[in-house]
Amino acid sequence: MGAASSCILGIRGLSKSFHGREVLSGIDLEVPSGMIFTVLGPSGAGKSVFLKCVAGIVPPDAGAISFDGRPLGRDARAMRDFRRRCGVLFQGNALFDSLTALENVSLPLEQTTRLDKEEIQSRSLEALRQLEMEDFRDHHPGALSGGMQKRLALARAIVTQPELVLFDEPTAGLDPLRRNAVFAMIAKYQRLAGFTALVVTHDVPEALVASDRVALLEKGRIQFEGTPADFTSSTHPVVAQFRDSEAALRATIAAIRSPEPAAA
Amino acid sequence: MIRSVGRVSLDVVEGLGDFSLFVGRSFFSVPGTRRLWRRFARAVHEQGTVCLPVVLIVGVFTGLVLGLQGYHVLSRFGSEGLLGTMVSLSLVREMAPVLAALMLIGQAGSAFAAELGIQRNTEQIAALETMGVDSVGYLVAPRLLAALLVYPFQAALFVVVGLWGGSVSGSMLLGVDSGVYWSAVDRAIEFRDLRECFSKAAVFGLLATSICAYQGFHAGLNHSASGARAVSAATTRAVVLSSIMVLVGDYIISSFFV
Repeated sequence: MGAASSCILGIRGLSKSFHGREVLSGIDLEVPSGMIFTVLGPSGAGKSVFLKCVAGIVPPDAGAISFDGRPLGRDARAMRDFRRRCGVLFQGNALFDSLTALENVSLPLEQTTRLDKEEIQSRSLEALRQLEMEDFRDHHPGALSGGMQKRLALARAIVTQPELVLFDEPTAGLDPLRRNAVFAMIAKYQRLAGFTALVVTHDVPEALVASDRVALLEKGRIQFEGTPADFTSSTHPVVAQFRDSEAALRATIAAIRSPEPAAA
Repeated sequence: MIRSVGRVSLDVVEGLGDFSLFVGRSFFSVPGTRRLWRRFARAVHEQGTVCLPVVLIVGVFTGLVLGLQGYHVLSRFGSEGLLGTMVSLSLVREMAPVLAALMLIGQAGSAFAAELGIQRNTEQIAALETMGVDSVGYLVAPRLLAALLVYPFQAALFVVVGLWGGSVSGSMLLGVDSGVYWSAVDRAIEFRDLRECFSKAAVFGLLATSICAYQGFHAGLNHSASGARAVSAATTRAVVLSSIMVLVGDYIISSFFV
């Protein structure tokens, strides 16, 4: 793995349109290795499309992505190397219902490595143990709670000991306590395993606490990039609008409940 | 008008090309797929054991109806003794491979298309690809290999229970001598009939399973619907197209064997 300050993922001029509507328009971003980098943005800003372009699931219309200094795209060997060294945690977890927890975690090792059965079993159990899921090894995903499924998906994502893990809206649909727990989980295992985490989310408070760097994606462009402290103190109007949405809501509600309407 | 005909023609050709590449990729992925045989065994169970009751029930009733109808047609010409010949050749050459394939499409094929469609919609296929796993090799190849084995086997079982059904209605209920019926069966079936039966069954298995796989695998990708609607549309297309292709294939293969 590279040094903490080097860039593991470089993105230049990334663009993507669907049916003539531009979702990403020329995104430039550098993700330093060994840290949690969060891309914030409102719903519909193109965060998931951005992550899917990076993961190689959706082909971009234009732009270049490089991983550890090697350009991805048409180079099949570079893409294979990227897939081997990168894990993805999907928004809906994407676990296989017909497989047990242990089989789900074993799957990438079984299919992409030449390790023997015992080694695969031992590595998979270790990943489950790290995520405190070893007691549920024989459970199917359908029999697990939402939080456990998330942990199982993370165990599958880290079992190959990736250097980069992509998190697509890891807290979508969760209550505040579970959102905290998921970000705590990401921070804990990022420190333990030492991978670089690229997270896309719209949960500002949790992301600001857990991340080392943040970027704001709005209208298909990166509007801000910096540390969480920079984000908190930024006077950029788009950042302020997104960050202070709670204060804006409070003002709106106060105006609605006011005894004398503003129009009077 | 000409433009729309041209566009439809191009779409059809593009679709056929894409489908052929998909089937080719499925077979070429076999050597590189690890632990294929465990998934092959599961596919044999799904297409074989799970579908066995429906194939047996349809086989028995097809034989019963063939015996009943055949007896009344042949008795007009005083040829009831040929009932075994008629039932056996109808079953072996046509009814068994076609009806067994249609039953397997209805049960295993539709389930396979729906399963793949859901896996596409819940990003399980994308997850495989991001892990560096060949999704076609992992999900489709074992089912295609299983179909090549199971469809002929189910057709053979269909023939056996169909002949028994024909003997029940022809001999036990309508009075054709049992010895006459079974000796006619024995004389009628030749090696080339069995070859036709098993060739048809294997081709139908390959056609039906690859069409169901293609439709499920691309649910929501090639068409405008998404989510549950994409899965239901893909499943419907899979069943309708593969049933039609089985009948088209039946005509083409029969024209070579007759």
